[in-house]
Amino acid sequence: MFSPASAVDSQEHVSITINGKETSVRAGLPLALALMEAGITPLRHSVVSGAPRSPLCLMGVCFECLVHVDDSRNVESCMIEVRQGMSVELANGPRPMESAP
Amino acid sequence: MSTIAKPVDTIVIGGGVVGLSIAYGLAREGERVRVLDEGDDAFRAARGNFGLVWVQGKGAGMPAYAKWSMAAARAWPAMAQELTGLTGIDLQLSQPGGLHLCLNDSEVDARIRTLGRLADNIGEDYRFEILDHTATKAMCPSIGREVVGASYMATDGHVSPLRLLRALAAANIALDTEICPNQCVDAISYRHGAFYVNVGAREHVAAKVVLAAGLGNRRLAPMVQLDAPVEPVRGQVLISERVAPFLSMPTASVRQTGDGGVQIGDSKEEVGFDNGTTIEQLSRMADRAVRSFPVLGGVNLVRTWGALRIMTRDGYPIYEQSRECPGAFVVTCHSGITLASQHAGPIVQWIRGGEPPEHIQNFKAGRFNV
Amino acid sequence: MTHDLIVIGAGPAGMSAAITAAGLGLKTLVLDEQARPGGQIYRNVSRATGGMDKILGPDYVYGRQIVAALEAASVDIRLSSTVWDITPDFCVRALQDGKALQFQAPQLIVASGALERPSPVPGWTLPGVLNAGAAQIAMKSGASIPSGRIVLAGGGPLLLLVACQLLDAGAQLAGVVETSPAENLVHAAPSLLGALRSPKLLAKGLAMTMRLRKAGIPWHKRAAGLRIEGQDKAEALSFTAGGQRHRLEADTVLLHHGVIPNTQISRLLRTDHDWNEAQLAWQPRLDAFYETSVTGLRIAGDGGGIGGARAAEASGRLAAIGAAHALGRLDGHERDRLCAPERKNLAAQMRIRPFLDALYRPPKWVIVPEGETIVCRCEEVTATDIRNSVALGSRGPNQTKFYSRCGMGPCQGRICGPTVTQILADELCVSPSEIGAYQVRSPLKPITLQQMASLREAPKEKETA
Repeated sequence: MFSPASAVDSQEHVSITINGKETSVRAGLPLALALMEAGITPLRHSVVSGAPRSPLCLMGVCFECLVHVDDSRNVESCMIEVRQGMSVELANGPRPMESAP
Repeated sequence: MSTIAKPVDTIVIGGGVVGLSIAYGLAREGERVRVLDEGDDAFRAARGNFGLVWVQGKGAGMPAYAKWSMAAARAWPAMAQELTGLTGIDLQLSQPGGLHLCLNDSEVDARIRTLGRLADNIGEDYRFEILDHTATKAMCPSIGREVVGASYMATDGHVSPLRLLRALAAANIALDTEICPNQCVDAISYRHGAFYVNVGAREHVAAKVVLAAGLGNRRLAPMVQLDAPVEPVRGQVLISERVAPFLSMPTASVRQTGDGGVQIGDSKEEVGFDNGTTIEQLSRMADRAVRSFPVLGGVNLVRTWGALRIMTRDGYPIYEQSRECPGAFVVTCHSGITLASQHAGPIVQWIRGGEPPEHIQNFKAGRFNV
Repeated sequence: MTHDLIVIGAGPAGMSAAITAAGLGLKTLVLDEQARPGGQIYRNVSRATGGMDKILGPDYVYGRQIVAALEAASVDIRLSSTVWDITPDFCVRALQDGKALQFQAPQLIVASGALERPSPVPGWTLPGVLNAGAAQIAMKSGASIPSGRIVLAGGGPLLLLVACQLLDAGAQLAGVVETSPAENLVHAAPSLLGALRSPKLLAKGLAMTMRLRKAGIPWHKRAAGLRIEGQDKAEALSFTAGGQRHRLEADTVLLHHGVIPNTQISRLLRTDHDWNEAQLAWQPRLDAFYETSVTGLRIAGDGGGIGGARAAEASGRLAAIGAAHALGRLDGHERDRLCAPERKNLAAQMRIRPFLDALYRPPKWVIVPEGETIVCRCEEVTATDIRNSVALGSRGPNQTKFYSRCGMGPCQGRICGPTVTQILADELCVSPSEIGAYQVRSPLKPITLQQMASLREAPKEKETA
């Protein structure tokens, strides 16, 4: 779990939805960090055993921070920034095979 | 100065699916077997295969090959069960029938021609169906609108090539076969009824030697007065992240593995490779996969790989014993997975002195010199 | 060809390479996966504000001037662009917001930096366990800190730096657990003389130690047998130190055992690599102008061997000068004249390295884990699984991958690769250099099947500045 340091000067927020629930997060954050600040733990469940997982590296290496964002599945949430209106779904095991958009 | 390793009954050169299948069969018969394998960076056809246990369409120019493949598919469940019993490894063998999807009418016509000719040659044993879009969709609901139909054959199926190789290695070790890696064979000589195989300063001795070294057979075969005119064909495979189950039966170029990944490749027997660069091949394969299964469009690819596969000029195997050096055999084929059950069974009986299986009489290298 | 030079990565090495190349008249492109230049070391530096500047310190703020120089230079910069394929003829394919980009140049400088050495200890897959570098990235990219009790474990300058920065940012440190074994001191001693010639760097290290001591943070040295306890998330770190078992309750455990070169691209392009026994990592074999065994391909910065940000900056300039010479834009005399001050600078930066490498050499139980400890996080493959592949005849990571599925997940072996090589070396009692590494294949980062399929008809996009 993460929280803003005392040195934060900007209070700008954007609104995203996490599993359908509207959530206010700090603007400009990498999505992985925004999710952790929103108290999301674990971030996903592994595709092999279903074990709980959360980010390890926050630099695009470990692929532990995979989430579904808008129409894209299993994207590295540490490498993209939050955007107003972003729709996030947490990955619970192997991705479902819904019809293509 | 050379060191001489303890003599064994048979040396198998090549530690891929073909070599380990034969070694396993021999060890099961009680032979002392040593497998000489190369290192980590060897060209390994075993890493480039697609995991199909496949009959449909094979042997269009040589009906004996179709019969050989059919017998292989029939023998697979018993072999899988035996390997699992011995090693505890589930091979994820599944033979629910297989589809060859067609994206236009001329592809359907080609399937009808090819399979019809095979059925004419082989007889009523060779049962296939041509399905229209609706019938294909009933069997495989995730196909896209562009799929106009498919050919279906109930004998087809697939297996995990990773688990198969691991199970073969484990079974061999359980049966006391020695698997010796990093052994690049320099020379083989035949003296007084025995084979002497030199690897650096080390010499291996055996009464029989089986060449199952894939592309390496080309170099090794002349050492025992055999011929293995094989050429590399690069085969490329795409593999996706693990996804929820969506495809219950294999198709000729797309299958979902038991672990959930989607594997995309091509059936080389019929399609062949054009001379495009890698990205052209990969995008062509991806394009066809997405047109066949639109649901794959947003799925992430995590790996691609290319491996050099083994092809003779006519695409069929070579099975031959050396006349000048009796006890030396060459086995080289393109479909090591499908034929694994034959290699562990009838081929082993032949290597052990039995009559050659009837279907393989025509698979000698001499056919290329006519 | 779309450019004279393509630089991959906009950290210190990539930025300085691009600035130098542009200054020498090369038509230069920089690609980076992030939204802003800076790499991990200067991540988000152009946007960070005063409060965080103070916490992250002058070494971080320094990067702002490089970013400004890059933005002022005549360089084609493509950000948020993920490179997923590079062909042997340097056709570079990337995705930017899902859009396919394709570029080509006769010279390529890869500056993809370092990654943290994996710390595979029992429980390291639990949520709440991060690399220490990740905590620093959180501070840089969002002024965000772990909530609750934090324990840092491992060894290396970054561990102490992150501890100090977290302390300054108001985080609650519950302990620092150093794993460097006692013999490291003995092995580091001969290099101390060289290190003494970098008194500023040594003083920084000393100041960090003092800062943590003064704050009264529980500090354990020569710890072993690390285990992260917890069911669904990290709850505590337990370890052995001073002959007894300790347990520190923690909401976040930060692990660090140094950084190693990210060799994904140099492996993809099959350059020669050597095993660096001092840094316990692979590094591409480079000449004096950072060229690999593949003509025209240069690796600058930590991706070619760990030296830190300032060394990376100098190596980027040297690589760019080398590229300009290779393109015929500089004669040999001019090249060597330009290089001389950079080499001096670089030598000064590297003086302390042997001392640090020896002092913070990770203990064996970190680099060759045992038993049921997960090595490949993606496919959940254990150390025992890796060792068992040897009995089946495996003599290298690629066979082991086939037997165990290690390295087959989305991270494509980035995390488990170094450990798999070292476990196999340990099991077979040979040097990692005899074991080799995973072959790397495209895509470097996952792309969708639709994106791959769409390359079929896409005409080669001529991208120009």
